[in-house]
Amino acid sequence: MTNSEKNRLKDKAFQVFGIFCTFIGLVVLAIFLIDIVMEGIGRIDWDFLTSLPSRRAARAGILTAWAGTLWILVLSALIAFPLGIAAGIYLEEYAKKTKLSNFLEINIANLAGVPSIIYGLLGLELFVRMMNLGGILLAGALALSLLILPIIIVTTREAIKAVPRTIRDGSFALGASKWQTVWNQVLPASFGGILTGVILALSRAVGEAAPLIVIGALAYVPFVPKTPMDEFTVLPIQIFNWTSRPQEAFLTNAAAAIIILLLITFLLNGIAVYLRHRQQKKIKW
Amino acid sequence: MTKRQSKLEAINLDAYYGDFQALKNINIAMEEKAVTAFIGPSGCGKSTFLRTFNRMNDYIDGFRTEGQILLDGRDIYATDVRVDELRKEVGMVFQKPNPFPKTIFENVVYGLKIQGIKDKKTLQETCEKSLQQAALWNEVKDKLDKSALALSGGQQQRLCIARALAIQPSVILMDEPASALDPISTAKIEELIYELKKDYTIVIVTHNMQQAGRVSDHTAFFYMGELVEYAKTKTMFTSPKDTRTQNYITGRFG
Ligand SMILES: Nc1ncnc2c1ncn2[C@@H]1O[C@H](COP(=O)(O)OP(=O)(O)OP(=O)(O)O)[C@@H](O)[C@H]1O
Ligand SMILES: [Mg+2]
Repeated sequence: MTNSEKNRLKDKAFQVFGIFCTFIGLVVLAIFLIDIVMEGIGRIDWDFLTSLPSRRAARAGILTAWAGTLWILVLSALIAFPLGIAAGIYLEEYAKKTKLSNFLEINIANLAGVPSIIYGLLGLELFVRMMNLGGILLAGALALSLLILPIIIVTTREAIKAVPRTIRDGSFALGASKWQTVWNQVLPASFGGILTGVILALSRAVGEAAPLIVIGALAYVPFVPKTPMDEFTVLPIQIFNWTSRPQEAFLTNAAAAIIILLLITFLLNGIAVYLRHRQQKKIKW
Repeated sequence: MTKRQSKLEAINLDAYYGDFQALKNINIAMEEKAVTAFIGPSGCGKSTFLRTFNRMNDYIDGFRTEGQILLDGRDIYATDVRVDELRKEVGMVFQKPNPFPKTIFENVVYGLKIQGIKDKKTLQETCEKSLQQAALWNEVKDKLDKSALALSGGQQQRLCIARALAIQPSVILMDEPASALDPISTAKIEELIYELKKDYTIVIVTHNMQQAGRVSDHTAFFYMGELVEYAKTKTMFTSPKDTRTQNYITGRFG
């Protein structure tokens, strides 16, 4: 066998192996999805979406859970969005390339990989205990904001970096200040990318149970939270709670709730994909 | 006043990127309402020099200058000079057309809006006047609200010139403004430069000897960070004093 024949064989072998791996991933996911949908789809109806939790599986609904999830989503976005974008702009446009900024940069990237439960513990210490907030929505949203902040900072920087140098030069040459250039040129041109990053970060936050459990979110909340100062639960916690019950009916409830949670996640990801696509179509340098 | 003051002047100018000296003791005085061409082999410092006149090098870490650059007799690197004020006076056109990803109208009036001018009528009038000066008005007057990115390369470059004219500078710096364009667009830009020098002082960097010959009144030849020769274009092209200049303009190197 010649060398090039060998190489071609290796190539083929790897291709087959790659297809096999991809396939395994997809099949497992598909089996999981089909299983969940078969189990839970029949349970989803208007009552399920609008009922309070209950000790009896047949009467229990997810109103408080999805309301809590929505609250957390909006609050985290409101907190993390401006902070993350501001930090991203600062690091990319203003910070001088010093040892300190290098150090910050590396650590922000690292923070994006810290396990979520650590953020829960940080939130517990900082917001629940030191600031004495208790296990309320605001504390949960603050903890999740910490969790998604590094992701938002990193994606903001990526999006800003993609704006060509020549655009900034053009703006400066017309007498614009740094801030005017960022505000009028860099941000509008990178906003789609930034938003995509924020939404993807949020879709990660939506699925988190661990940090919120640590914060002290309750599994059983018999009312819909009205203000950020109320106690709360979220879908993942509700699901976690139901799956730990022995009764079969609760497992069905859990499957139904998982479907709703997945829908929310897919919706968020869909919006992100759409925004990215639109951005790419609108601006070609 | 006996001697007419020159518009732009460099006095004992050195420029450094970190430890690297890119410009060495440059002395030059440029006339008002005339075209001065900078020529020289790649890397000799033409762009660096050009960009000192509107202080675009300020954003480069480690860049510094020694000596003076005078605009109408005032040192533009003096501490009390505001860069935004300076750039209202000294406009710039870049090598690659760089329209903003906005409408044609927004591109032209960007400089005015930056200054806080909001009056619709002023903006519209300035837009039309600048586009006419840049010989682009007829081609775009029906699509001012369309994206500037949809224009051709040559049109984009004239838009960038219009954009620079809109804030009424007295000097326009052009760094190889036609090098990314086709011959017809290039001819249009050259015509335009000829028109504009009635009202503006123009400094243009070019690699094209014919272009320098056609558009400029004076030519400065740079070599390895030094200003080797500076003379009337005709004089330089017919009887260069320095052998390096001669070698360069006859195409023997660079
Ligand atoms: N940002 C920078 N940092 C460090 N050195 C630089 C930088 N920009 C330019 N230089 C160096 O300064 C010298 C002059 O560069 P400059 O861009 O002014 O040359 P130029 O004459 O315009 O060349 P070209 O004809 O290729 O555009 C070159 O040796 C270049 O490597
Ligand atoms: Mg150059």
